[in-house]
Order: sequence, then C-alpha cells, then structure tokens
Amino acid sequence: MATEHRSLGPEHPRDAALSVHDMTVAYDGRAVLWDVELDIPRGVVAAIVGPNGAGKSTLLRAVMDLIPRVSGSALVLGGAYEQNRRRVAYVPQRESVDWDFPVSALDVACMGLYPRMGWFKRVGAKEREAGLAALDRVGIRDLAHRHISRLSGGQQQRTFLARALAQDAELYLMDEPFAAVDAATEAAIVSVFHELRARGKTVVAVHHDLQSVRDYFDHVVLLNMRLIAAGPTAEVFTPENLQRTYGGRLTLLSEAADALRHRGAAR
Amino acid sequence: MSAGAAAMQWPAWPEVARVLSLADYNTRVVVIATTLLGVASGAVGSFMLLRKRALVADALSHATLPGIVVAFMIGAATGVAGGGKSLALLLLGGALGAALGGLCLVALRRSTRLKDDAALGIVLSVFFGAGVALLSSAQRMGQGHAAGLESFIYGKTASVVRSDAVLIGACALACLAAALALFKELRLVCFDEAFARSIGLPAALLDAALLVMLVVVTIAGLQAVGLVLVIALLVIPAAAARFWTDSAGPMVAVACGIGGACSAAGAALSALLPDLPSGAMIVLVAAAGFFLSALAGARRGVVRRWLRRRAYTLTVERQHLLRAILEAREERGADAPVPVESLERRRVWAPASLRSIAARARRAGLVASSPAGLALTREGLAEAERVTRRHRLWELYLISEASVAPSHVDRDADDVEHVLPPELVAKLEARLAAERAAMPASPHAIGGGP
Repeated sequence: MATEHRSLGPEHPRDAALSVHDMTVAYDGRAVLWDVELDIPRGVVAAIVGPNGAGKSTLLRAVMDLIPRVSGSALVLGGAYEQNRRRVAYVPQRESVDWDFPVSALDVACMGLYPRMGWFKRVGAKEREAGLAALDRVGIRDLAHRHISRLSGGQQQRTFLARALAQDAELYLMDEPFAAVDAATEAAIVSVFHELRARGKTVVAVHHDLQSVRDYFDHVVLLNMRLIAAGPTAEVFTPENLQRTYGGRLTLLSEAADALRHRGAAR
Repeated sequence: MSAGAAAMQWPAWPEVARVLSLADYNTRVVVIATTLLGVASGAVGSFMLLRKRALVADALSHATLPGIVVAFMIGAATGVAGGGKSLALLLLGGALGAALGGLCLVALRRSTRLKDDAALGIVLSVFFGAGVALLSSAQRMGQGHAAGLESFIYGKTASVVRSDAVLIGACALACLAAALALFKELRLVCFDEAFARSIGLPAALLDAALLVMLVVVTIAGLQAVGLVLVIALLVIPAAAARFWTDSAGPMVAVACGIGGACSAAGAALSALLPDLPSGAMIVLVAAAGFFLSALAGARRGVVRRWLRRRAYTLTVERQHLLRAILEAREERGADAPVPVESLERRRVWAPASLRSIAARARRAGLVASSPAGLALTREGLAEAERVTRRHRLWELYLISEASVAPSHVDRDADDVEHVLPPELVAKLEARLAAERAAMPASPHAIGGGP
C-alpha cells in the first residue's frame, strides 16, 4: 500500500474506486473530454450516461491509458492504473472485436486469467476449470465449447462478462454491457452486478437506456464532453440534470422526460 | 542437381525415386530446409491473417529487392564477403530493405490520413520499382553474377547450396519456435487489442515481434520462393487451414502442415525438373491445397456447407408436407388418405417437387402412399403433431406478443418455426398456458394462405 501514497495528490480522495482529476482528452486536436473532475466511491454500481459522442467510452479508455490524455490524472483504487491493473477488469464494446475469430466461448473466458498465468504458459486444466466457472456465473457454461460466431448477441456479451469475472478484479469497467442484448441476458448481467456489489466490488458501466438507470445503478455520472453531474442516482438523475446533459436533443430529451414521469408515477 | 535434365522432359524413374527418397545429400538438405520454411510461414502467416495484416507481408517482401541489390553492389565494389556472392550479405541487405519499407509504412500511416491499402500499395510499388532500376544498373556494372540476383524475384531452389539451406532452416526454426512460444499472447492481441492492452500486454511490442518473424521468414524464403510469391506461402496455408477448424491452435497446426507439405512437394518437383521455377511450383501446390480445403474443409468447406443447407431444406420441406397432411385430415375429420392434388393446392407446390418430397417421406417411414393419396404412418402422425403444434404455438405468440395480423401469421411463422430450439418451445408453452393441454387450434383459416 505504500506505493499508493506517492501518487496521491490532495485532489484525489484515497478511498475512491475511480478518481479523475482535471482530465482533458483530444483526438486529432479536437477535444472530446474537457476538464473532467470525478470520484466514484467503492462498492457502488455506477452508470456513465450521456448522448452519443459525449466521450463516455473515451473516459474509460483514457483512465486505462489506452489513449493518451492531454492533461489531468486518473487514479484507480487509490493508485496509478499501471500499478493496479491486476485489480481492474475491462469489458470492451461487443462490436469492437471480430466474432468470426477462431476461438470458443471458453477460450475467451480463459483470457481473463492471462495476467495471473504470465507469459508463455499454456492454458491448462486448472485455467479451463476457472474459465468454466466464470461462464457458469453468467449462465452459459453449456455453451463453453461453441465457436463464438454461433453465439447470440446476448451470449457473446455474457462471454465478455465471464472473461472479466475470471479476472477476479475489484473494479469492473464496462463499455455498454447492455447494448442490444435480450431480456434474459440483461437480467443475468444485473444479477452479476448485485453479486459484485454484495462482495464489495465496484462496477462502472457506460449505459444508454435512460429508462433502466434507476433500476440498475445506485450511482450516476452524467457526461457530455464536460462533467454535468455525478453522485447517487436519487440525487443526480433529475430532469434538470438530464436536460443539461442532452440539452437540445429533443427526441432523447422527451425520452428522458418519459422515463422520469414513469418513475414518478410508480412511486 | 539432377544431372541430365536440362531439357524440359520428365526424368526417368530411377531419377524420380532418387529425389523422392532424398537419397541425394544436396536434395535432402534443400527439401528439408524448404519444408521447415513452409512450416514456419504457416505459423507466422496464420497470425498475420488473424491480425488482418496479411498484405503487409507482400509490401515488405517487395521492399527487400533494393536492399539486396545495394548489398550486392557494395559487395562487388569493395570485394568484401566474396564480392557480392555471399548469401548472408545479400539477405542482410534484403532485411534492411524490408525494415526500411516497414518504417515507411508506419510513417505514412502516422503522418498522413492515408488508409492502409493505399500506404501498402505505395510502399510495395516504390520499393520494387527502385529495386528493378538498381538491378539493371547492377547488371551493367559488368559483374557476372549480377544475373543470379533475378533468382530472388521468382525463386530457384536449384541455386540453394548446402550452407544456404542450413541458414534457411535455422531461420525457419527460430521463427516457428517464437510464434509457438507467443501463441497465447499473439492470439489475444489479434482477437481483442484493447483488452490485451488493458491487462498490460505490450501490443506494439508483440506486433513488432510478429513483423520481425515475418521479415525473417520472408528473407529465408527469398531463394526458394522468390519475393514476388513469398506472400502466397504466408497467406494460402493459413487461409486454407481456416476451412478445417474454428479454433486458433488447430488452425496454426493445420497451416504449418499445409505449408510444409506444399513446400516439400514444390521443392521436390523443382529438383526433378530444374527448369521449372520452384516458387511457382510451391505456390501451385499450395493453391491445390487451398482449393481442396475450400471444397472439402470440415468446418467451412463449400461441400460441407452445401450439405448442411440441403439437409435443412429437406427438413423444412418434410415438415411442411406432414403439417399439410395433418391439416387436411383435420378439415375432413377423417383418417382417409389425402389426395395429392388437394395438397398441391394447399401450398404452392409444383407436382414434381411434391412427388419427390413425398417419396423421401415415404422412405423415411413417415408417409404411406396409395392410389387414393397420402396418409400418415404412426411415426408420421407423431412427428406431424409435434411440428404442427410448434407452428401454431409460434403463430399464437406472434399474434399475442408481436401484434402480427392473423392473416399474415402463417408465412411469418414459417420463416422461424423450423429453427425454434426446445427451450423456446417450452417458454412459448408456458406463456400460452391456456393452450397447453391439447393441440392449439390454428389461429387463422387453414389452407388458404396469402
């Protein structure tokens, strides 16, 4: 733990699962994220919400040093990402890979064990057992040996989730885990979220469906190139904040208003 | 090598036997080295293909030519290393040329907005053009062996001597060992680079390692296959292997096998008939292997896929026939055979195709045929009830849950019902519990489809 003190400035609270300070990210000289200042406490299931092009995926990728930052710093679990990467699991967008690639669901799940296995070592019986256990947790153990192109979209997403679970991390960064999945998969993912939270883990997921934010997430980050608001869902997920996030985008705005009216009526 | 085969004629049997049994020491060394080369390029080529960068190999192999020619000119001018005859010197030059080409590729990609294909095309053609220009001036320098440089373009195993073969074999073995040792890491970077980097795998370093292996295989293959065709040895075995398996490990193994086999066959052919360019021979044998794989491949071969589609079509047709007979029986309220003409009207069946569908169902023991028409056997009745029940459950689902109009539902249901998995049927049944006990009645008028 001693290494954590060194990189901690006064701007980063020690107990945050994810702490972003003054972060600006640009592609080709055009800023995508401006001065983002953000702390997500441990043990929550947090959503990053915002319109298309708001920089939600970029935020996750910049936190993991996958793309360079123009300025600012990010700490995960109280330390630099490089030091703590073994305690972080990443679920990329499903569309980011070629699902015709010659691997099975089990092969993909076992990839989550590579950091612990180290270089050159082959996937053995022990790893396969752990991979199967991870597939079991998302309910597709029986599809372990199926080629990934013959999985449905929801099953592919669950395979990715199983790979992250195999990493046995403390912080899970997920890029649109609910995008285009069936109802059964959505339920399976949510139950994994609850299980992780019960064990004190933290989930941060990019999320698109405003209707389900209150049901699935206890913490919300509203983002549109700048940070609009962040905090517990009950306090932050308000019509005013949503209007500031989606401002001007009428269809999405009315969708958001519907979501809130719907919630209000339910309570 | 083979003595009196200067003319293009098939050698006598003793000569063939001598080559095939690798009795001749020189032939043996060359064939073994070329085979190792084929095995290594199968492995390296598989990863290039999975990384979707197969054409990089083509650009880099063409970029070797100016390097080779410049190395020759330096050697000839200074007289070091055998005055430009030393293979090691020439290959070193080639490797430097390929490295320079690779750097140009990276620079083009980073500093301009050119897409990969344009950058590859530019590097390939410019380096090869420079090489050809240099080659003609090297030949004008009047050094006798400059003519030998052309064998690097099209490949000539006959020019490989024992010491060269040892070099080729060693390079190939080193690449093969590296590719297999890094199998797990390379596969992950090829599949999901973002995830690989998130767990700390140095993707750029692994890509660089793959490029080094690529250059080494290319350089080692220059003499045997030639720089124009070395791309074939990298791509064809890997692409052929994909038809046989859905798993990366076996794919690499099969690619190594195909690469090794076609290299061995090509080298042997070229030992028998030294006038045939060995590179072209190797590529043609590889092409035959590819064609065979595309046709007969166990996973994605054309034949296999055709058979699968055919089996599916036959199943669908049989299920339609069984349901048509069952529904006709329901209408008539009797067990009597159903006249064939009334079945033809029921669906848009041509008489000939209905006859062949019925004949197949009869052979399967599902349908009995008599002059009065078609009747269901006991097994046929059970199968028809299962199929019809599933069809109607699906129709009910479409109407109740997906708001499809009853008049359209028959055709919509047709499209999917044959692929309903048992779990979904169970769910439909639970959903439509009211209909559970018995065969649900058809939710639309039977017989007169839209």
